[in-house]
Amino acid sequence: MKGISPEEQSAARRAYLAVVVALSLSILAGLSLAVVYWSGGQAQLEGVLLAVSLLGIGVGTVIWAKRFLPNEEAEEARKPVGSTAEDVSDFSAEVDRGEEAIGSRRLLVGLISGGLGALGLAMVFPIRSLGPRPGRGLSRTGMADGRRLVNAEHEPVRPDDIPLAGVLTVWPEGHEEEADSSALLIRVEDASLFREPVVLPWTVGPVVAYSKLCTHTGCPVGLYEADEHLLLCPCHQSTFEVLAGARPVFGPATRALPQLPLGIDEQGFLVARGDFEGPVSAGFWNRSR
Amino acid sequence: MSKKRGRVARTGAWVDDRLGLAKVARTTLRKVFPDHWSFLLGEVALYSFVVLLLTGVYLTFFFDPSQAETVYEGSYAALHGVEMTRAYRSAVELSFDVRAGLVMRQMHHWAAVVFVAAMVVHLARVFFTGAFRRPRELNWMVGVTLLLLGIGNGFTGYSLLDDQLSGTGLRIAYSIVLSIPVIGSWITSLLFGGEFPGPDIIVRFYVLHILLVPAMIIGLLVMHLSLLVHQKHTQFTGPGRREDNVVGERIWPTYAVKASGLFFLTTGTLAALGGLAQINPIWIYGPFEPSEVSAASQPDWYVGWLEGALRVMPAWEVRAFGFELPNPFFAGVLLPSLTFGLLYLWPFIEARRTKDRSVHHLLDRPRDRPMRTALGVATLAFYSVLFIAGGSDVLATEFGLSVNQLIWSVRLALFVVPVIAGAVAHRLCRDLAARDAEPPHDPPDPPADGDGPDAVAGTDPVAEGEPEEERELAWPPPASVLRTGPPSPRPLPP
Repeated sequence: MKGISPEEQSAARRAYLAVVVALSLSILAGLSLAVVYWSGGQAQLEGVLLAVSLLGIGVGTVIWAKRFLPNEEAEEARKPVGSTAEDVSDFSAEVDRGEEAIGSRRLLVGLISGGLGALGLAMVFPIRSLGPRPGRGLSRTGMADGRRLVNAEHEPVRPDDIPLAGVLTVWPEGHEEEADSSALLIRVEDASLFREPVVLPWTVGPVVAYSKLCTHTGCPVGLYEADEHLLLCPCHQSTFEVLAGARPVFGPATRALPQLPLGIDEQGFLVARGDFEGPVSAGFWNRSR
Repeated sequence: MSKKRGRVARTGAWVDDRLGLAKVARTTLRKVFPDHWSFLLGEVALYSFVVLLLTGVYLTFFFDPSQAETVYEGSYAALHGVEMTRAYRSAVELSFDVRAGLVMRQMHHWAAVVFVAAMVVHLARVFFTGAFRRPRELNWMVGVTLLLLGIGNGFTGYSLLDDQLSGTGLRIAYSIVLSIPVIGSWITSLLFGGEFPGPDIIVRFYVLHILLVPAMIIGLLVMHLSLLVHQKHTQFTGPGRREDNVVGERIWPTYAVKASGLFFLTTGTLAALGGLAQINPIWIYGPFEPSEVSAASQPDWYVGWLEGALRVMPAWEVRAFGFELPNPFFAGVLLPSLTFGLLYLWPFIEARRTKDRSVHHLLDRPRDRPMRTALGVATLAFYSVLFIAGGSDVLATEFGLSVNQLIWSVRLALFVVPVIAGAVAHRLCRDLAARDAEPPHDPPDPPADGDGPDAVAGTDPVAEGEPEEERELAWPPPASVLRTGPPSPRPLPP
């Protein structure tokens, strides 16, 4: 440190001090972290102490490198990445030499290719074990003729259990665990409000039922705006008009929520009169087949 | 001191006797690395990944990737007696009952957020400076793959916890995969082990998340860095910097110390976030219940553009001959395929467009390539608008707007904003380049307008030979500029 001005000297001293402080803080934080952990742990403290111990080392080393380590510019030649023409031709000559030796037994080459090919093919088949063939399951749910509809507490429901101008989520009895079987019962003010394409014989008085799964990406359509009779999907904001067969009126959904045929059994409980009118949830290639 | 030195030397000699690495090691220590703040972005991604590995290993000791039903009895009272899967339960226990568990989990999540963010910013740096040009096209593609894997592993990661939010995300992912023509239902069945929610999805995502994808990331990272060392880093133009040299700092000691300093700064920041900034509080979301969903479900930021695309997509789909191409296909399959397809191909697209197929080790300044810069800015603007659309419901509630109006504004903005942003960027590039070109009329000297390192780096008369034309770059640039530096940038060794 010869031949430098007093300002630079004091700046260097301050930088040195900063490194000392940073590294000392790091040591302190590291030790405190051990104590905190030992005495039961506390998430915020752990994070802060770990941060101080790491940042202390980081700040210290960076200042150290910037101020006290040689910062001289160096230069290095950049050789071309590609090989020389000679190396390339030597290489291909080497490959050719081996290839000729191997290729002289054509039948064997053919057989080994066949063997590896067959092995490769055989290795593909275990993938099939990963899951069942996608079949009718995508189009069918647990709803069936005569099956009672039950609420989240597994109790059957009567039309009066649905709050006026409200909704109730139900499942087919005994199939409550099936993700695609949930339906929404909606009770409107008056049965005369329903219009096309609501299937009127499938309603029970002012109660209509639709699949709860959005036809866009299958999120549960959980929000009901009673004033406008609109069902809203909270995921991508598709909106369905309850009075008009739950047809989509806004958002990315293209299909109406499939309606569920509703009925009443002898004890006055709501039952399904069959499966939903079409496949529920998101669309797929051969949905209509 | 000398005694200690003797011991180090003896150990070194023992190792070298068996491995013979002294020469290679010395070359490595003396390696020159060009210095620029923007070259550190990739390093931040790398260090975040190291944090992901370290914290991730800790989490695997406590997490139970099982969908078996159980009842919670841990120390978080609000969930007492609630039925849930063992996956969710172990994640909650890990947060409340395992010492340092919450800090580790939150650091892990924050590191994932920063990992992808740093990769995106690094990618933007490489794009805007033209560092993807020959001979680095392959490394660009390796980098794009790393970004893809990083996003994928982020998604599988937060899907493991089986809380309400992750279940909703899985449900949407299921529907997106289901929308793939012809084989969609097969893929979902094989991936999920059946119909949604599928009995096996969590254990499968777990294997992907902690083994397969990280192994791929590590392999590709090694490739990424080996290629970087092998091809040597690019550098900005400046006095004495040419196509056939590298000017910068030697690895040992300064650069190595600085880099380890940056490692500690990155990990320290992540620790602070992990301790102080709550992320993904799954105990508030509750266990996944397929028939429920909370409003304002938001994915991690790097999935936001897809979420936005799903939301703004108009209600179109294709139906013909009894088959259909469902609506989520366009936003969920087509858009990301196009995005990453174009990213992979960009080096070749640009080379074809500019007819510039020569070797480039000197970086462009964004202003010197106004067309590329404008295109990049427009692209970023497009995805930013999609990202904003991903939070449309939150924005609508926050600012008292109707979701309806907001979605229509976003649809419009998707076309308008990128055009405006691109035009502004183009104009700005032209103006900046013109300002740089004004004062000096004696080409042999670097510009004297004292605009900091940027201005000095702007031109390299020695290397380019034609600095005036370099500044007036049109698209496609005149052939004289496309030629790289000295007549023979790749002199063959004798």
